[in-house]
Amino acid sequence: MSTNKVIHAIYNDDDILMDAVKATRAAHHHIEEVYTPFPVHGLDKAMGLAPTRIAIASFIYGCIGLTFAANLLNYIMIVDWPQDIGGKPSFAFYQNMPAFIPVMFELTVFFAAHLMVITFYLRSKLWPFKQAENPDVRTTDDHFLMEVALHGNEEDMVSFFKNTGAVEVKVIDKH
Amino acid sequence: MYTFSNKLKTFAFVLMALGLLGLAYGFLTAPKTTEDVEKILAESHHDGHHAAAPAHGEADPAVAEIAHEAAKGEKVSDTVVAAHEEASVEKAADSTTAHAAVAPADEAHHDDAHHGAEAEAHAAHQKHLEHVLHQLQNKPWAALYVACIFFLLISVGVLAFYAIQWAAQAGWSPALFRVMEGITAYLLPGSVIFFILLVLSGMHMNHLFAWMGEGVTDPASPNYDAIIDGKSGFLNVPFFLIRALVFLGGWNLYRYFSRRNSLAQDNASDDSFYKKNFKMAAGFLAFFIVTESISSWDWVMSVDPHWYSTLFGWYVFASFVVSAVTVIAFVTLYLKSKGLLEYVNTSHIHDLAKYMFGFSIFWTYLWFSQFMLMWYSNIPEEVTYFVTRIENYKLPFFGMVVMNFVLPILILINTDFKRLTWIVVMAGIIILTGHYIDFFNMIMPATVGDQWFIGAAEIGALMFFLGLFIFVVFSALTKAPLLAKRNPLIEESKHFHY
Repeated sequence: MSTNKVIHAIYNDDDILMDAVKATRAAHHHIEEVYTPFPVHGLDKAMGLAPTRIAIASFIYGCIGLTFAANLLNYIMIVDWPQDIGGKPSFAFYQNMPAFIPVMFELTVFFAAHLMVITFYLRSKLWPFKQAENPDVRTTDDHFLMEVALHGNEEDMVSFFKNTGAVEVKVIDKH
Repeated sequence: MYTFSNKLKTFAFVLMALGLLGLAYGFLTAPKTTEDVEKILAESHHDGHHAAAPAHGEADPAVAEIAHEAAKGEKVSDTVVAAHEEASVEKAADSTTAHAAVAPADEAHHDDAHHGAEAEAHAAHQKHLEHVLHQLQNKPWAALYVACIFFLLISVGVLAFYAIQWAAQAGWSPALFRVMEGITAYLLPGSVIFFILLVLSGMHMNHLFAWMGEGVTDPASPNYDAIIDGKSGFLNVPFFLIRALVFLGGWNLYRYFSRRNSLAQDNASDDSFYKKNFKMAAGFLAFFIVTESISSWDWVMSVDPHWYSTLFGWYVFASFVVSAVTVIAFVTLYLKSKGLLEYVNTSHIHDLAKYMFGFSIFWTYLWFSQFMLMWYSNIPEEVTYFVTRIENYKLPFFGMVVMNFVLPILILINTDFKRLTWIVVMAGIIILTGHYIDFFNMIMPATVGDQWFIGAAEIGALMFFLGLFIFVVFSALTKAPLLAKRNPLIEESKHFHY
């Protein structure tokens, strides 16, 4: 069957790509992926991708960092060994809190930033020595490639994408 | 064109009338003599003045004692707290009337303050009554002063924000220029009233500024204060008033000419007025950063003439600029709800809300930097500023951190929330209230001390200036179309989308 066949439509302008994406969605063809050399503003909306939730994740990581820092400082400075260092009151957490705020702030930012980046790598499946998934080397330079699942008549689909302004339309057997 | 709705006009007049009533009540009920004060103190069961007699002698030891006791983690005794309040407020507000009482009270303290030397104790008690009298007489004046400077600085903040938009050639904001110009119309009446208040202070109509007190710089006077005398090269009434005149005059001139050029640009055939305004905005910002700093020393920091802080100018700026952006958002949302700002979309509101969010954090950063540096080093000379605030103004002092930081950061961090009118309005009300309390916290402890209360005079002054502000701003908005027509960036601003 033709289920593992895809069409690679290649464009050389992001405006044409955007129009093609809209036309493809309107014609109810399923877009598997779009490869671009740089971020195309509004492409995610045109493709109908769900908005990212990475900011929410980052907020939660920041809260974890804040909790971690507060407990760390409370345990070390107040609970474990509350010694008098230069007359700073170490009888309760709130009494010495101004001195802890810089650390609490930095650890909040540290957790929020780093864990968010790691989350991004995990969700995007990025790591060193990862095999690049590039269907056409030109897409990292100056070409835009839309990959569409092939259903129904191959001739019709190829001519459809030719009409969307593609400079090249290929049918690929994907394994 | 906008027409001032009758409802809003009536509302503004009602606010002004009620505010004047509240202020009049405040001035009329202020005590005239020490006998009145004794009655007020007896009624309020104020127990601080029993400890006042020995207190005068231990002005500075008291500060050290508080720090010492706090370090030991013991509860600071009422006597010491009272003594400390006395000491620091006395110094700031009465400019060392304590000196007269020092010698006898000191001896009395060494023998046994509570039982010996009744005559000296009585004299000290009279001193205390006089001190409280000054504080209570200051109360309506300080209420007027706080509300006046709060609204004046909001319009100054809008002017600074407006100049930044010009100088930065911002593409999103020209659709809001007429709103900002409308708000800055309050600058002229606001600064006239404010300058009159400063002149009245200089004429000894009130005791808002301790350094203006009589005999403070005269070594022969019982009121002599060597520290203030040392600063009298800067802190003297004529120079103070000249400075105020230069600052207010400079800001008003920029406001006048930039508004005139902005209107002229609407009917111009080239961009020469735009270029003029661009250059003028850059010049104004350089002038502003210097004058804003000095004016915050003059008008806010000098109520505590024994205290100083280097980042104070920035701190005051952060406080009023966040209020200013909030007011821009409020007026924009109001006009938009009337369908008058065709090209303002949720992206413009989103940008304003981002500024509210960012400047709130900036304010907190400066508030904390100022507080933490002084708390950490705990040098008695500087730290009394915060000791009096934490002892006597605990709720406003820490409450404003919640209102100006915690609530805005939690409410405005969400992108979708920043586009919702009711969320922005809610956050804005919290921010504006919080920054009024901020100014309250800056002025009141030095002028009325522990006699503070948010009552008829305070709310009345706030209502009066709010009414005046609404009246002036919305009158000015009727005088020009709400969209700047030939601004080179207006097309970009109309289609601004984020």
